[in-house]
Amino acid sequence: MSTLFFLILFPLVVALALLVLKTDMARGVLVKAAAAVIAAGSVYLAWQYFGSNGDYFKFEGEYVTYIMMGLEIAIAGFIFVLGIKYKKYLASVLVAIQAPIMVWFELNVGHTIEVQSDLFIDKFSIIMALIIGVIGSLICVYALGYMKDFQHHHHDQKDRRPLFFFLLFLFLSAMFGIVFSNNLVWLYFFWEITTLCSFLLIGFTKTQEATNNAFRAIVMNLLGGFGFVLAIVYMGVTYQTIELNQLLAIGMMGYSVVIPAALLAFAGITKAAQMPFSSWLLGAMVAPTPVSALLHSSTMVKAGVYLIVKLAPVLGINPAGIMVMMVGGITFLLASFIAISQSNAKRVLAYSTVANLGLIVACAGIGTAAAVWAAIMLIIFHAVAKSLLFLCVGTAEHNIGSRDIEDMDGLFSRMPRVAIYMVVGICGMFLAPFGMLISKWAAMKAFVDSGNILLVMFIVFGSAATLFFWTKWLGKIMAIMARQENIESKVHTEEIFVLTTLAALTVLVCLMFPVLSAFVIVPYLTAVYATVSALAISSGNMYIMAAMLALIILLIIIGYGKTNKKIVPIYMAGVNTGDDLSYNGSIGQTVSVSLRNWYMESYFGEKKMNVIGNISTVAIMVGVFSLILGGVL
Amino acid sequence: MDRLTYIIVAVAAYLILAPLAGGLLAGVDRRITARMQGRVGPPILQPFYDVFKLFEKEGITVNKVQDFYIQCFLIFIVITGCFFFAGGDLLLIIFTLTLASIFLIVAAFSSNSPYAQIGAERELLQMMAYEPMVLITAIGFYLVYGTFNISDVVAGGGPAIVYLPGIFIGFVYILTIKLRKSPFDLSMSHHGHQELVKGLTTEFSGKTLALIEIAHWYENIFLMGFVYLFFAWSAPWSPILAVLICCIIYFLEIFIDNNEARVKWQLAINTSWIAAATLGFVNMLVLYFIVF
Repeated sequence: MSTLFFLILFPLVVALALLVLKTDMARGVLVKAAAAVIAAGSVYLAWQYFGSNGDYFKFEGEYVTYIMMGLEIAIAGFIFVLGIKYKKYLASVLVAIQAPIMVWFELNVGHTIEVQSDLFIDKFSIIMALIIGVIGSLICVYALGYMKDFQHHHHDQKDRRPLFFFLLFLFLSAMFGIVFSNNLVWLYFFWEITTLCSFLLIGFTKTQEATNNAFRAIVMNLLGGFGFVLAIVYMGVTYQTIELNQLLAIGMMGYSVVIPAALLAFAGITKAAQMPFSSWLLGAMVAPTPVSALLHSSTMVKAGVYLIVKLAPVLGINPAGIMVMMVGGITFLLASFIAISQSNAKRVLAYSTVANLGLIVACAGIGTAAAVWAAIMLIIFHAVAKSLLFLCVGTAEHNIGSRDIEDMDGLFSRMPRVAIYMVVGICGMFLAPFGMLISKWAAMKAFVDSGNILLVMFIVFGSAATLFFWTKWLGKIMAIMARQENIESKVHTEEIFVLTTLAALTVLVCLMFPVLSAFVIVPYLTAVYATVSALAISSGNMYIMAAMLALIILLIIIGYGKTNKKIVPIYMAGVNTGDDLSYNGSIGQTVSVSLRNWYMESYFGEKKMNVIGNISTVAIMVGVFSLILGGVL
Repeated sequence: MDRLTYIIVAVAAYLILAPLAGGLLAGVDRRITARMQGRVGPPILQPFYDVFKLFEKEGITVNKVQDFYIQCFLIFIVITGCFFFAGGDLLLIIFTLTLASIFLIVAAFSSNSPYAQIGAERELLQMMAYEPMVLITAIGFYLVYGTFNISDVVAGGGPAIVYLPGIFIGFVYILTIKLRKSPFDLSMSHHGHQELVKGLTTEFSGKTLALIEIAHWYENIFLMGFVYLFFAWSAPWSPILAVLICCIIYFLEIFIDNNEARVKWQLAINTSWIAAATLGFVNMLVLYFIVF
């Protein structure tokens, strides 16, 4: 249990220290050392509990609950005041409703309930802890170099980097809290801290746009938080328990837990930025890039899907399960479509995140062991590849001055290393034999087995769209342009170190995933479901995939970039002037050539797709909740 | 014959016979096409002569990497076919085929040539157009036989076509795209009069172009294998029927090729997706009622 406490409290202590450290030097040393300790701590945790099939810990000392309550009231007050100050009254109203309910509950009902175990650890939380501890802290290290550039670009503003790094480490602490908490009141406390951190980080630049987007994020997440509070109150009053494992046990014994499951899933849906709440994650793009990487890969949205995947055993064919799988499926399809129409790299990444989370949510909604296998694999592969991609875009942006994919023409010639890492990330997101595709394959099979034919249609069309938008980006950066200057030497060493590590991790996870499946995920599923029938992908096929990746790596080592052929200029409609970018046209004029990608706005326009998505998902949620309430009343 | 021996024989046969059969098929195709256009046409072995000649051309390239991508394209097309004829998993086969196609597209993109890139983007669009229907086809087989393994599909109790008529029609529809036949030969065409320079293959020459041609022979045989699956079951005479149907379907594709001019890309994606969303969807719906 001490390792769990260490992982929750150590980042908190570091965060407080970073708040007072003002010099670059001290901050750099502390962040790097703390990142190494947190990463090592999570690896140690994995080693320590590797043999366990779920350990639960009771924590003596009710004072912790009161400290948390006090902090919650303080946070609520803070948000309330900010809401008034910036005239965003909805945020104030939401905290004004949910904080008193929570206080009332804890004083009247909560303290009468005997909590068996506050904290727990199983193989799924180990995976989450590794994602947070390794990828999260790598992003913090990356942020060191990035924020130096950021401050340089915004030198007219006050240096608020202490606050920035404070929030990053606080975020990690809260995330560890979420994945180790079994007591839902604790879980809710950490949940609200991540909401607050994301709010402050999104609004970090203090521009009008940033403030608006920050408030949009907090309003949506408070809405989810409200669902969470209702779930806790309902559970406490009805089942006399506030423990997650008890809820799952009651549900798996055959009693109906649809109401708390639906409410908690709703909280997860808001946090995981599913439609109709996807706009907060898109708005979060105004924050500095490390924040995006953190929100998308190892924190925040992963907290949302974590909770829903935890609930998977009580989802399935019931109103809560159907709500979750349909919202996830629709989000996957439409967000993949929208990604085609985007040219801003960060927005493409954001929509791809929303889509992939949709897939994870839909898998959890189906709730079978095979579907949860796919969901956990998706979480792992997505965390590694997406953080890599965000950080690559961040580095490219600082050096080529744009985050538009159209400006990444021939990145391969200008920034070869960053481009290669970006290619690894992109391939990791959609292409066999990399990881995401394997999980998509498993998800597809789980969808077919679930008998939900609409979901099957969503995934086949969504996959086609995914293929399209990733490959057109891939093509852009793979184009080889003659006579380009290599500008890579300006990149900070921290950034290159983190990118290299993440790229290596992406490949490594894809090579090792059959082992990961056999020794971590299958044991977890066995512990949860008692029996795990055939997995979606046979182990033979898993090894074939890993072997194909090895083959590609081998081919690249043997043959990449080697040729003894004569190199000639490309064909153009007239005589090539030699730089492959212009040619001599008629009557002696020089014509320059530029190439643009396809966006298919008339098919996949963002506005249209969002309207369709928001209306259909709202209709599903309203339908399901009225059905549930109708059953109660 | 045990399973391993079967796999070794099937893979070896595919590796050796597929390019021969694919080349012959291309030769017959050109001959029939010529007759349809009122010409005599080349000898049946002309595709082989062409490829041998390409191998003798001077080696030139526009950059150091595109040959590598094309070699990978060929390798993974061959691997796809090997998985298929060894009786592997249908989804694995589709994903490997996708990987191979991505190598071809990246090869064209890497040249940074305007014509090759237009071809590459159109190829990508075509992939997006046919991908849903291809996946639905695999899912259809799974719903009928309860497995994605081809070895179990061909050993089934009856021909899949009985359960999958809608999916079969949808598959034949997108087969026109996959076989690069007009009206959907948007990215690269055998009809010079409707091509932008040479489409996707503008910047490839000599040996590299020959490799693409050989890859297509392999690919076409594998695609005909897909058609074969609809008509194969455990009856001893079913292979004869299935091969006969393959020939008819290929002839149908040649017929369409010579009667249609290239259309705009919108029509290709609209109709392919509509085919998948109606024929595929309705067929699956009916299957679910039978299965569940």
